[in-house]
Parts: sequence; structure tokens; C-alpha cells
Amino acid sequence: MTAAAASGSPSTDRSARRSQLRSRARGRGLVVRGAVLAVVLVGAVAVSLMVGARTTSPGTVLTALLDPAALGGPTAPDVVVVTQLRIPRTVIGLLAGAALGLAGVVMQGVTRNPVADPGLLGINAGAAFAVVVGLSVVGVTSFVGLVGFALVGALAAATLVAGIAVSARTGSAPALLVVAGAAVTAGLTSLTTLVLLGDAAALDRYRFWTVGSLTGRDLDTALQLAPVVALGAVVALLLARALDALGLGDDVARGLGFRLLPTRAAAIGAIVLLCGSATALAGPLVFVGLLAAHGARALVGTRHSRLLPVAAVSGASVVVLADALGRVVVPPGELEVGIVVAALGAPLLIGLVRSRRVAL
Amino acid sequence: MGADAARSTDGAAGRPAVRGGGASAADTVAADVRVAGPARPRAVEDVAMAAGVEGATTGRTTVDDLARLRAHDRRRATVVLGALGVLLAGLALAALSLGAVPLTPAQVVAALGGEGSTFVVTGLRLPRLALAVAVGASLGLSGALLQSVVRNPLASPDIVGLTGGASAAAVLAIAAGATGVAVDGAALVGAVGASVLVFTLSGRGVTGTRFVVVGVAVAFLAQGVLGYGLTRASLSEAEQAFFWLVGSVGSAPWGDVARVAVVLAGAAAVLAVGRRPLAALALDDDTARAIGGRPVATRVGAILVSSVLAAVAVAVAGPVAFVGFVSGPIARRLRGHGPALATAALVGAAVVVGADLLAQHGVPGTLRPPVGIVTGALGAPVLVWLLVRGERRKESPA
Repeated sequence: MTAAAASGSPSTDRSARRSQLRSRARGRGLVVRGAVLAVVLVGAVAVSLMVGARTTSPGTVLTALLDPAALGGPTAPDVVVVTQLRIPRTVIGLLAGAALGLAGVVMQGVTRNPVADPGLLGINAGAAFAVVVGLSVVGVTSFVGLVGFALVGALAAATLVAGIAVSARTGSAPALLVVAGAAVTAGLTSLTTLVLLGDAAALDRYRFWTVGSLTGRDLDTALQLAPVVALGAVVALLLARALDALGLGDDVARGLGFRLLPTRAAAIGAIVLLCGSATALAGPLVFVGLLAAHGARALVGTRHSRLLPVAAVSGASVVVLADALGRVVVPPGELEVGIVVAALGAPLLIGLVRSRRVAL
Repeated sequence: MGADAARSTDGAAGRPAVRGGGASAADTVAADVRVAGPARPRAVEDVAMAAGVEGATTGRTTVDDLARLRAHDRRRATVVLGALGVLLAGLALAALSLGAVPLTPAQVVAALGGEGSTFVVTGLRLPRLALAVAVGASLGLSGALLQSVVRNPLASPDIVGLTGGASAAAVLAIAAGATGVAVDGAALVGAVGASVLVFTLSGRGVTGTRFVVVGVAVAFLAQGVLGYGLTRASLSEAEQAFFWLVGSVGSAPWGDVARVAVVLAGAAAVLAVGRRPLAALALDDDTARAIGGRPVATRVGAILVSSVLAAVAVAVAGPVAFVGFVSGPIARRLRGHGPALATAALVGAAVVVGADLLAQHGVPGTLRPPVGIVTGALGAPVLVWLLVRGERRKESPA
């Protein structure tokens, strides 16, 4: 480039044209990647509607959705399977996955920590503990009440971990934050267990919910949470530029005119809304945020205005695909989505730690 | 341990110098340490150990210093171990006398001798106490050993997935209908499997933070497997497994106690034989190699011993949270240096007995929570505090 600039106008023209071409190519690349992402998401939804104990062909799925009468009315087995069972869990998976993907990116951005994840750092465990307390001690029965508990629990855990991060200056040591999250998770698990010990009925519900499952809620209750997820997503997207600036360091961010405290507070708010509702929907899922954020970064780089939507889409795809995978790997039964996600995410974390990208 | 390794050094310089310095050195050593601050003993030891025999022959000062340090260290060890023994005895007496049938210490002693309420004491409370001591000592020893050979205070069996692997395997075995020794075997396979996984995946060196984070990943993986086992079990099995997962010393047949005790004794014997290589491992690997140690082999052996100890404790009492984590740092704080394995074992025993006492008699209401709930609820804040403090002081080796 310096040689080109020094040698006069023709080469400058050429380099300008080259950079124009390159940016056009980059734009095309983005379009291609966007298309790939859309295809993946649609494919994930389609797979999720098709596979399971009773495999349904794409044609049957479409017929069941558009013209149930052709299959024998709303009580026909295929129609019931698709509309009563698979659509709810797909929608729940999309909501929870998108929320966790967004939350993962926001957490990684605000802590400048590439191994941050709502599950790893104990935020979901906080929400889960609060939900169990709400269920078993306070006796909350309404879903809205439980969501309130989940949000409060997520807020408490997020504040705790943020406090640890600030006082230990863990920005320089990503691992410590992970261990702090593990400690918070273990402590909260003990307390959750204490609540559940005397309550066999609550334990019975809890043991299925705690591994992370998309089958615990019906569609209507899930859709009640959509506005909360949407609010969290809006806050996260509004933070995109501030997160970009934070990535350059606190001083640079301040120099660029971003106020750190409001930014961080808003980030915690977004994380709480997203993680709390995801946990209320699907239980404490670990590694989704990590998988989504790193997948998105590999696709579109580090700019948050692109990273955030892409992470939402990839988080949703990961959860829905993992759920579909869990339905077919152990044929008579199913694996809960949380187990599949853990099996996919743990190797990623190990790979990250082994790579040079995470300085330990 | 540093002083133990230094023994060979001053031995080469001749006994008279060492013995001669004894009495007066003992008097001055406290002032010495006070003036020089805590950094001094470690520095002198390290220099002496790194220099090997050479250090002892170059000057009398080093030898005298070493002798003083050794005497100081030995006295500190005696005091610390004695105090812990007294504490443990006090806790044990409390554990034997408190309960639905409160007994006086005299009645407890009489019952131990075979008179009076022998059923309550030797039939109910003594097995529980013995199991708490054995499990606590095993977990404390396992944790301190792992933390010392990985050189990271966060590398405890609960955090890096050893107890997680043991629990997951044991729950799978319980769900498959196994009982007794089969569950023990499954836990052993799980713990050793998890440690092999963490060891291989964390790559060469196997020290520091990478080992810990890989371990956290493995622990979450084990958590997933465990959740799978729980959902596949029937509700009553799940309830039983769930109770066991908290960590409890409540049901204590003597056979369980004996199994843990035998493994503990075996591990202690192995560690006593291997204490010099272990002490050499307190230095960095190159130095350890230079003074004739085989750091990698020693580390592999130590991690195996740690896994076996964790596995047998978990199989019998469940994963009692954080005992393996807190015992090592407390022992190191008490003794002034690591790995302080015997101290850590005593600390672990005292922690479990104390926590069980608290769970049995300190919780209001009729609920008698298992010991693991107390250690979990109290241990998490301790861990967080250690993290914050350690990072501030830049002590935690990365």
C-alpha cells in the first residue's frame, strides 16, 4: 500500500478500484453468509418439525400446517404431532436460543472475555434457583410470577458475578470468571437442593427441567415471554456501538464518548431479561451463548451490529438442531436439549482454551 | 515439605553444625521471621533447594538458616497438627454427645467403654462420626494433592470434574440397578476417566489455569450425563440419587467406613513414600528435573491417587461440596507453605465433622439437611472470596 501511494496517481486509482472491488466482494460475502444463515435456520426448523419418534415427511408437515383436513382433521396423528408437540418446542427453542445467543455476545463484549456464557457464569443457575424457590417455597403458580422470580434470580447472580469481575479485575484472566461462575453455580445448586429435598413432587418436575428441556411449556405461555425476549434484544442491539467501543478498552471507550457505567448497567439489564426468560422457558442451558457467539464471530467478524443478530439466529439454530438431534440419538427415548448442548459446547470450550485465542 | 527436602541438604553439611544451632536458633527464629517477613523463609529454602548440596557447602550461614527454618517449621507443624487434633477431638465429642438423647461427656466416655447408652453412641453416632472423619480426610487430601501438583489453588476435585465424573458414573450405575461395590467401581471409573480426560486435553505441562478451565468444561459435561441419569431413573431412585448427590454421611454402615479408611491408609502410605518427589514438584519443572525428580511421572501418579481418594469418598458419601477445595488453602495458610498434605487431611476431617454438626443441630426447625448442603452453601462464598483476594494480590499462579 505504501509503495502504491508513493508511485503516483495511476496506482492510486488502481488501489482505489481494488478496495472498491474488495468492499463489494465483502458485501457479497455478507449476503452469501446471511443467506447461509437463513437456510440453516429454516432447515433447523424444518428438521425439528420432521424428526422424532414418528418421522414426518416435509410434505406431511406442510399439509398438517396448511390443510389439516386433508390428513383427517385436527385429531389425526400427524397433525397432532406437528402442531401440538413439535411446533411448541420449536418455538420455545427459537426463543430461548436467540435469547441466549444475544446474551452470550453481550456478556463476552461487556467483560471482554471470550469464554463468557450465561450458563458458565452462573446466571442461569441464579434464575433456576429463584424459580425453584418460587415454585416450592412461595407457592407461585402463575407463569408470569415464575418469570418474575427467574428475572430476579438472574439479576442477583449477574450482579454477583459482575461484582466479582470488577473487584478481581478478571478482565485480564478469563479463567477466573469461569471458576467464579462454577462456584456460584455449585453454591446455588446446594441451596436449590435444600429447597427440593422435602418435596418429591417439585423434585420430579425439577429433574426434567434442570437438564434443559423444551417440552416443559405450552405454546401460549411461551409466547407470553416473547415481548420480554424482544425487549432484551432491543436493548442489546442498541448497545452494539457501545460494545464495539468497550472492546477497545475502557479508556478508549470513554474517549469516544461512551459512559461506562450506564453502558454496563444496560448490558446487565439486557443479560437479565434474556437469560431470565430463556431459563424460565427451557431450564438452565449451558454453552448455548458460547457456541452462538463464537459461531457468529467466525461468520461475520467482531462488529456488534452484525454480531448480535447473527448470534441470535445461530443460537436459535443451535438449540433447535440440538433438540432435534436429541430426539433421534437414543431411539426409543430422547436426550434433553441441555445434554446435547453440553456435549457440543464442552469440546468448544476446551478447544478455545487450547487455542491461542484465549490467553491464559 | 520444602523443609523436608532441605533435610538432605543440611545432612550433607554435617550434623554437628545443625544440632549446635538448635537451642539458640529456636529462640531467635521467631524474631528472625518477624523482622524478615513471611517472604524470607520461602526464599531461603528455594535458594537452598535449587542450589542443592552446593548451597550447604558454600557457607555456614545458609546451613544455620536452614537449621533454624527446619526447627521453626517442625515446631509449627507440631503446633498446627496438635491444635487440629484437639479441635477434631472436641468436635467428635460434641458429635457423640449431641442429639435427640443428649449425653454428658462422661456418659459418652462410659458408653465408648461399653457401659450405659452404648447403642446411641457406638451404634448410631460413632459410625456417622467415623464416616465424616474418613470422607473429610480423603477429600481434603485429594484436593490438597491436586492443587499442589497442578500448582493452582482452583484445581480442586470438585471444580475440575473428578467428583462430577464419579457422581455421574455412580448415578448411571444406580439407575441401572447397581448397588454396593458396583457403585464404588463405577465412581472410580468415572473419577479416573474424568481425570484422564482433563489431563490429556489440557495438553503439555498440565499446570495452571488451562487445566482448571478444561476441568470446568469436563465438569459441565459430567453434569449433563448426570442429568440424563436422573431423568432416566424412576422417581424413588431419583430421589435416592438426589439425596446422595448432596453429600451425606447420615447412613454409615461400618463396611463403608472401612472401605474409605483402607483407601485413605493406602494413599497415605503411597504419599509418604513419594513425599520427596512431591516436594520437588513444588519448584518449577525444570528445577525439579535438575535435582533428580521426574515431574511428569510424579504428577500423573499424584493425580491418580487424588482421583482414587475422591472417587471412594464420593461413592460412599456423595460429592460433599467444596471440602476438597477449601482444605488445601486452609492447611497452607496454617503451615505457611504447601502442600501440607497431612494438615489438609485433618482440616478436611474437621470441616466435614463441623459441617455435619451444624447441619444436625444448628439448623432451626425439623429439617436435618445433609452435610453437603452446609459445605456447599458455606464453601461457595469462601471460593469467591479466595478468587477475588488471590487475583488482587496476584498470588494465584497462572
